[in-house]
Amino acid sequence: MARMKFLCDAERCIECNGCVTACKNENEVPWGVNRRRVVTLNDGVVGAEKSISVACMHCSDAPCMAVCPVDCFYRTDDGVVLHDKDLCIGCGYCFYACPFGAPQFPQAGAFGLRGKMDKCTFCAGGPEADRSETEFHKYGRNRLAEGKLPACAEMCSTKALLGGDGDMIADIYRERVLRRGRGAEVWGWSTAYGLPPKPGAQPPQPQQPAAPTGGKS
Amino acid sequence: MIRLAFIVAAALALGACGEKEQVVVYKQGKYQGKPDTPPWKNESPVAELRGGKWTTGDEKSWEEAIKQRQLTQNEYKRIGQ
Repeated sequence: MARMKFLCDAERCIECNGCVTACKNENEVPWGVNRRRVVTLNDGVVGAEKSISVACMHCSDAPCMAVCPVDCFYRTDDGVVLHDKDLCIGCGYCFYACPFGAPQFPQAGAFGLRGKMDKCTFCAGGPEADRSETEFHKYGRNRLAEGKLPACAEMCSTKALLGGDGDMIADIYRERVLRRGRGAEVWGWSTAYGLPPKPGAQPPQPQQPAAPTGGKS
Repeated sequence: MIRLAFIVAAALALGACGEKEQVVVYKQGKYQGKPDTPPWKNESPVAELRGGKWTTGDEKSWEEAIKQRQLTQNEYKRIGQ
C-alpha cells in the first residue's frame, strides 16, 4: 500500500516559488493562506544558503490529529492526513502542535476572527464527493482521484520537490545522492516519519560545541 | 375544563425546556467527520495519463498507475541514460 510523502531536496531547490504558485493556482487557495511556502536558511551566506519547500508533511504520527479537540482529522489509506472542515472550530491547536507550521487560518471577519483551518491535502481533496464542486470549493482539487500527483511536485522545474509513495521517492533520491556524491540529508523526514522513542530510552545528548581551532574571533 | 387546559399548557411549556442534541457524540480519539471515498473508487479520466488508466474500484491497478506516474519524477529514468 502506498504511503504518500513529500521529500524536498535542498541541493536542488532554487527558491523559484513555482511550487507555491502551482498550489495556489491548482487549489484556488484564498488570499492570506499559503498551503506551501519556500523557506531559505542561511540567506546570503555564500555556500551555506539552502532553500526548502515546506507544507504539511502528512506525518506518520501526526500531532495535529492528537491535539484536535473535535477529532476532525483522519488519515486515508494512502497515508494522507486530511480534515473535515464542517467539524473544524478553528481553535488553532493544530497550528501550535505542527512542527512545520502547516495549518493555515483564513481571516473570517473583523478583529482577527479566524476561519476554519486550511492545509495541504496532498491534492487529495477531502470528505466530500470526489471531484465535485463542493470538494473543490472546500478543499481544493482532488488530483489523486484523477491519477495525478500533487501539483507542487509535478510542477517543480528542478524536481527538488518529490511527492509520492515514500519508498519510491526515497529510491529516486538515493540514486540522485549516489550520482552527485553529496547532500544525503532529507530535511524534515525524521520529524515527520521517524519512529517514536522507545519507552525507557535515553533522550539524545546535546552535542558539545567543537573547540576553537585558533582562528581569529 | 380549566384544569385540563392548565395541564396541557404546563406540558407544552415544560416541553420547551427539553434540550436537543446539537453536537455529534464524541468518541475520544476517533474521527468524527464524514467518510471519504478512496481515489481508486473513481473512474479513470478519459484523457491519456502518464501513469496509465486504472480499473474503477481496483486499488492495485490505481497504485500501479500512480506508481508509473511517480517514476516520471526520476529524470535519470525519464530522460534516459
